[in-house]
Order: sequence, then C-alpha cells, then structure tokens
Amino acid sequence: MANRYWNEYQKNIADDHYYYERSCIRQTFFPGSETAFLKMMQDELGKDIFDDFRLHTCTGIGYHTDVVPLETTMTVVARIFSLMKERGYENLVPSCITSFGVFTEMCHMWQEHPELLEQTRENLYKACKREFDMPKNIAHPSDLIFKYRFELAEKMKYRLVNRFTGKPLNVVEHIGCHYAKLFPDKGVGKAEFPYVLAGMIEAWGGHVVDYPERRHCCGFGFRQYLVQENRGYSVSNTKKKLESMEPYEPDFIVSNCPGCSMFLDRWQYTIAEMEHKTYDREGYGIPVLTYEEMAGLLLGYDPWELGLQIHQVQSERLLDKIGIPYDPKQKYNSASGKILRAPEKPENLLV
Amino acid sequence: MGNLIDLIRSDARYEDSLKACMNCGICTAICPAAEFYDYDPRRICDTVQRGDEEQVEKLLREDTIWYCGQCMSCKPRCPRGNVPGAVINILRKVSQEMGYYKESRMGRQQVALMAGIGNNILEIGYCVHPDKVRPEMHPEQGPAWEWYIKNIKEVAPKFGANYHGKGAGALREICPETMEELRNIFKVTGGMDFHDAILNGGKDD
Repeated sequence: MANRYWNEYQKNIADDHYYYERSCIRQTFFPGSETAFLKMMQDELGKDIFDDFRLHTCTGIGYHTDVVPLETTMTVVARIFSLMKERGYENLVPSCITSFGVFTEMCHMWQEHPELLEQTRENLYKACKREFDMPKNIAHPSDLIFKYRFELAEKMKYRLVNRFTGKPLNVVEHIGCHYAKLFPDKGVGKAEFPYVLAGMIEAWGGHVVDYPERRHCCGFGFRQYLVQENRGYSVSNTKKKLESMEPYEPDFIVSNCPGCSMFLDRWQYTIAEMEHKTYDREGYGIPVLTYEEMAGLLLGYDPWELGLQIHQVQSERLLDKIGIPYDPKQKYNSASGKILRAPEKPENLLV
Repeated sequence: MGNLIDLIRSDARYEDSLKACMNCGICTAICPAAEFYDYDPRRICDTVQRGDEEQVEKLLREDTIWYCGQCMSCKPRCPRGNVPGAVINILRKVSQEMGYYKESRMGRQQVALMAGIGNNILEIGYCVHPDKVRPEMHPEQGPAWEWYIKNIKEVAPKFGANYHGKGAGALREICPETMEELRNIFKVTGGMDFHDAILNGGKDD
C-alpha cells in the first residue's frame, strides 16, 4: 500500500540518449561539476549524452528578472529544442534548475495554449529558419544521478560515513525551488517530499537532516541578489536556513541548484565577516557541495579537479572525515602544474 | 474593463495564475519576500482580481510588485492553484510597457538589470559568466572567488572548462552564427525593442 502511494511521487526519467544543456550559473561557479557529471554519465554509466557547442542561455535569469519577454524566452527555448532535434535527441537534460523550470513551463504553456505553440513555430522560423519538437522527456541531471544512484554506489570508493566514529554523516539537502515548486509532478517526490537528493544521501550511507526550514528558499531572489542594494534579502533568507539547521550539526550541505549551492556557501563567509558568526563549532563553516561534487568525491575524483578550492567554505575537514586523500600542494596549482599564490584568508572564517 | 485590466488579463499566463483567489493568505505565509519586505502577495492577488483600474494602476507605480523573489514557493501552497509569483511577472511586464516602473525606486532597478543581464545575453549569449562577476562589485564572493578570477585562464582547464575556447564545454565562446540567431530571435519577438526601450528610459506616460 505504502509503495503504491509512493509510486505516485515518482517521475519518468529516460534511460539513455540525452541532450545536455549547460547552465550559465553552474559553469560560472562550478565548472568542475558539469565536467564530473558528463564523466559519470559517459565513463561510469556508459550512457550517450551530447554536449552541443551551438547552445546558449535559456534566458531564464532574464525571464525571472523581467528583462526578457515571455515570447522571446519561448522562442529561445524553441531554438534549443530545434538543435536537439537536429542532433537526433528527444531527452533533454538541462544542467540548471532555473532552465529546468523554464523548459517545463514553456512546454506546459504550449500544451495548454496551442496558439502559442504555433506563434512560437512562426517566430523561430522567421528568426532562424528552424523547426522544433518538444522533448519527450526533460530530466534534471540530479534526476539521472538519483536514477542511477545504486549503480554508481557499486563503483564508489568511499561512503558518507565518518571514519573516526563509524556513524553516517549528517547531510542537509537543499532542493532548488524551481525543481518541484513550479511543477510538482516533474520532481522526484513532488514538492511535498522531494527525494532526489535524500535518495542519493541514503543510498551512499549518509543521514538526511530534517530541520524546520528545510524547504525555505536559499534567497537568490533573482533581482534581489543581482541588484547590489537588494542583497540583504538574499543573505537574510540563507541566514534563516543556517540558523535552523545549526542545532543538527550538519557535516555538509548538498544542493541540486547552482545558485543555491553558491549562496549557501558565500553567505556563510559574509555572515562570518559581518557578524563573526559561523554555523559549525570550530569556525570553519559548513561545507556546501553540489550533488556532482558529492558523487564525484565518493567515486574518487580529485577534489581539486572538481573545484572545491573555489568554494569559500573549504572542505578538507570533510574530506578527512570521509577518508578521501588529497594533496594540499596541488590545491592552488594551475592546470599545467604551475604554483600559484594562494588566496587571501578571510578575517573571521577559518580556511 | 479598463485598459490595464485588459492588458493584464490578455497575458497568456493569467489564466493559469489567477483562477479564483479566496484570500486565505497562505501565499503570504510561505513567502520569503513577505518576511523581508513590507510585501503581501495576498493583497496583490486581491487587487488584481477585483479589477479596480485605479488601484491596479497605483500598484504598477509602486515598489511593491518588485519585491517578489520569484522562488514560486506560493505555487504549490495555494489551495486554489493560483500562482501569485506569475501574477507578479504579468504586473511587471505591464508596468514596464506603460513606463510606470520609472516611478518607483525598485522599479527603476530594471535599467540596471537590463544593462547587466539583458546586455550579457545579447553580447555573450549567457545570462551570467565569470567575466561579469567582478570581485570589486561582489565582495560577498570572498577571496576564493577573487583568486579564481585572477587566475581563471590558468585554472579553469583544471576543472575541464573551455574558457573562451571554440567548440563545446563550460565557458566556451559562443560562435558568431549562434549569436546571430539568438539576436534575431530577440528582434523578431520584441525582446530587442523591449531591451532598447528600458535602457533608453522606457515609454513616457
């Protein structure tokens, strides 16, 4: 009986042959995560996933800051679908949660308003001489990692377990709002019981922390962060979450949204510098990982190739707990091995 | 119905966004913006639903509609299936089309957003790019970000990125053919006129 009800909270995720759409935010702040995701899909799981150089922004941030009109975003999305069709793919995998929401919203509107679909077809043809079909399946990369979490677990060298105590690590999971709040049936577990990250954590040996503000927004707020004078909105919302999770002593935070991952990291630094406050006991902050970084670390990928050194809250203490080896000398080296001068240290946040 | 109400209701998103609000206020209870600002999505939905042209015009000229953070936490909570966050998108669109956004401090921020995000899309094909997140404008990004930006050419390949390179990959230079098609879409769909209008001060009343 319980399974029958839970089945209603699952989503259809295609098995293979994906068309990958990179994210403006993820490639800016977490380029190593996109690289790791493709490596996992291709090398670890043997899946066909195509990375197209002709893609561009979905305009999602412009759409939600109201500087790009609906008709424009619709037609930009249509071009992306057109390229996918041209390459012979039907399953779209957008790296960004905002893009995932935008693609889902545009397809929903076209299904509900066929006249908009026709108008978009006309616009795209007029602008680019292109035609398009809607994808058969839209899945976020976190959906794919969730779907194949047990297959990946078989290849993992490490588990989310504290090697000093033998206990599961306490993991806070944060789901990007546009993953399942926009269209609940498009997310694993829907909006009420989002399980896409919790499923990974449990499958890989960790303990999922449930805390009061678990579903509260990270505070990006689009224009509320992008306009400098509004950033108090953004940091206040992250602070609310951090205060709520602090008593549960999380070992790390994992998110499936590039914006959330960045804000939960950077606002910890900001709060430490402004208020001398950190949300761990020792003053280092709570490390924030993307789900690709979490999976990549457990698979044995190099932390410095994943890009953990460009997070502001540093992760060595977490790596030590799991037992992941790393070479401190390589941390700030260039790709060619040149030794670069390390970043300045924050005044209050320990690194 | 007046012009503004007609404009609002003619937006394709309206039908899905405001079916029949019963003023329960759960949207306001869940709203991150309502915690931070003097903001009440329940009242906004009520004002739009009543269709009072004068009150709607007042709303379009005020800061209020610019407080929403577009998280859409209101959507799964509304017992009537309304989407106050999408009502906001429609109000912001009409406010900009009518030139009312210029009358509020928060509304005028659209010029900065267009000069930032809007220009990024048309110039480089991305909404966000590391070149555009300058440490001096983003002190909250911290010294690790400053280090990355200073050394990005030498460090980005370590993460598998193709910084300003040709071909596929993160941070690649978007090819001229793609940029031309992207800009054509903006021209054909009104995005370019809208971009220019906001940067040039929008329509006058």
